[in-house]
Amino acid sequence: MADDPLNMSAADAVLFSREDPMSFARGGRLDEIHVRYETYGTLNDSKTNAVFICHALTGDAHAAGIREGETKPGWWDSMIGPGKPIDTDAVFVICPNLLGGCQGTTGPSSIDPATGQSYGLDFPILDMADFVTVHRKLIAYLGIPTLLAVVGGSLGGMQVLHWALTAPQDMGNAVIIAASSRLTAQNIAFSAVAREAIMRDAGFSHGHYLEEGTSPDAGMSIARMMAHITYMSEDALGSKFGREPQNVDLTPGFGVDFAIESYLRHQAEVFLDRFDALSYLYLSRVMDYFDPFADEDACAKLAARPIPVLVCSFTSDWRFSSAQSKRIVARLVRSGIPATYREIRSDAGHDSFLLPIPEYGDVVAAFLARGLQEVSS
Amino acid sequence: MTLRVDFSLISGWISPHSRVLDLGCDEGDLLRRLAVKRDCRIQGVEVDPTSVVRAVRQGVPVIQMDIDKELDLFSDSSYDVVVLSRTLQAVRYPEVVLRQMMRIAPIGIVSMPNFGYWRNRIRLLRGRAPVSKDLPYAWHDSPNVHFGSSADLEALFDDLNLDVVKCVPLSESGKVSRMPRVTRNWSAGAVLYQVRNRTASA
Repeated sequence: MADDPLNMSAADAVLFSREDPMSFARGGRLDEIHVRYETYGTLNDSKTNAVFICHALTGDAHAAGIREGETKPGWWDSMIGPGKPIDTDAVFVICPNLLGGCQGTTGPSSIDPATGQSYGLDFPILDMADFVTVHRKLIAYLGIPTLLAVVGGSLGGMQVLHWALTAPQDMGNAVIIAASSRLTAQNIAFSAVAREAIMRDAGFSHGHYLEEGTSPDAGMSIARMMAHITYMSEDALGSKFGREPQNVDLTPGFGVDFAIESYLRHQAEVFLDRFDALSYLYLSRVMDYFDPFADEDACAKLAARPIPVLVCSFTSDWRFSSAQSKRIVARLVRSGIPATYREIRSDAGHDSFLLPIPEYGDVVAAFLARGLQEVSS
Repeated sequence: MTLRVDFSLISGWISPHSRVLDLGCDEGDLLRRLAVKRDCRIQGVEVDPTSVVRAVRQGVPVIQMDIDKELDLFSDSSYDVVVLSRTLQAVRYPEVVLRQMMRIAPIGIVSMPNFGYWRNRIRLLRGRAPVSKDLPYAWHDSPNVHFGSSADLEALFDDLNLDVVKCVPLSESGKVSRMPRVTRNWSAGAVLYQVRNRTASA
């Protein structure tokens, strides 16, 4: 791998066991959790340069680099790599597929060894705490006592927040991007419609579509198309597509007349190839219930052992707006936890967190460089 | 880099381990000094994104926000000291910001360039807007939106029932000057104040 400056590596871990099972926060247990993860860069001898990435709703372990035989890089390739804001020349990056996902980590469409069938809707209901439980088990498995930083955007940022509040001793720094500490009614409404679309699709087969040989493709497509609209700003859609016709001219019909329609359809098709309907239900539901500051003592652990926290939002993000990031900052600061907040100017909506925006990269790079300096001195 | 004289004065006024909020902290030099030398728990606020990133680079926590609109984020009496170092002349509503300051902490430290400084007056008499070390901007390119004198600021403190606990006039070169109180509205380039809410007995 000497010729790979990213030093990319993919692996699977089997965590937990019959003697030490995974207990879910809202009830239920599993003896084993399989976790697919990728790493980039090199862990230093003192194991102080590890950066843990928490991915968003439909992300996966493949955050950076181009895998053999593929043409597209990982979902956060603009952020992670040699010389990039999360600089793999200096830090060791770990990115797992999260619990309940469908890209190599145990989720509701995995096979239950007890029945030989997929778990389906019998899979335990997930909570943000469960993601963190598995993340923590993974770093223990990897033998990393303290992470330099935990970084995530959107649902990833929510994992970072939960982790920092409940086990701040695991990390030196926390980076929470385009996230929320409590979904608004509008947020929940969008997720609810997405789930309805999936569950009302006859192909969903009450969650046992794998055994039935059906597939809730229509529901998944609608869920993805609608969600995708919420990830972009009106301006971004306007400047990217406007009212451009998909073909030479516009003739009213009920097909794909406008370019935006073609784009959404394409997004839906790509999504069907790589995502699982049950994972979508389980993971999106976790966000709806996430409300860490509802507990009055939520900040007690972090306040007793404060770590630098960076919160970032984007001006045009209306899915998880700056107001939601500021709420996180306010809760931390009012509990005596110093915080850094940066609002990045961007027209790209919620998707901004995945884009190479110089001002965004600068603040993440500066924050991590400072953290690295602290552990090196 | 050389630290501003008023920064060493301000540090001298802040007891070790204090919780300090710096409104308009620029690149966080004062806060960094307070964290290193006085073991203070620091928090900065700054509206300029470039300054925020520079503060982050030196390990100073900074919230990018508009001091005029968003100070409600901080709860009552959640800090020991709030610093407004050369910030007040650049906010839209200094009165509101001062009220917020005294809501957030019992002690306020405020410095402001003195528009009443004699050189400024002479320049104004000549028919031109003042430009000096403390007011270094051309009239059309200044972040400053208010041009008050020390006397004006002291009158505002009084209106807001704030007592001046300490007051140090600074010369144009930024040095502490030992000018008598009566002349400082003439002779000080800037003035540094420590204020607190007036006690009922006063």
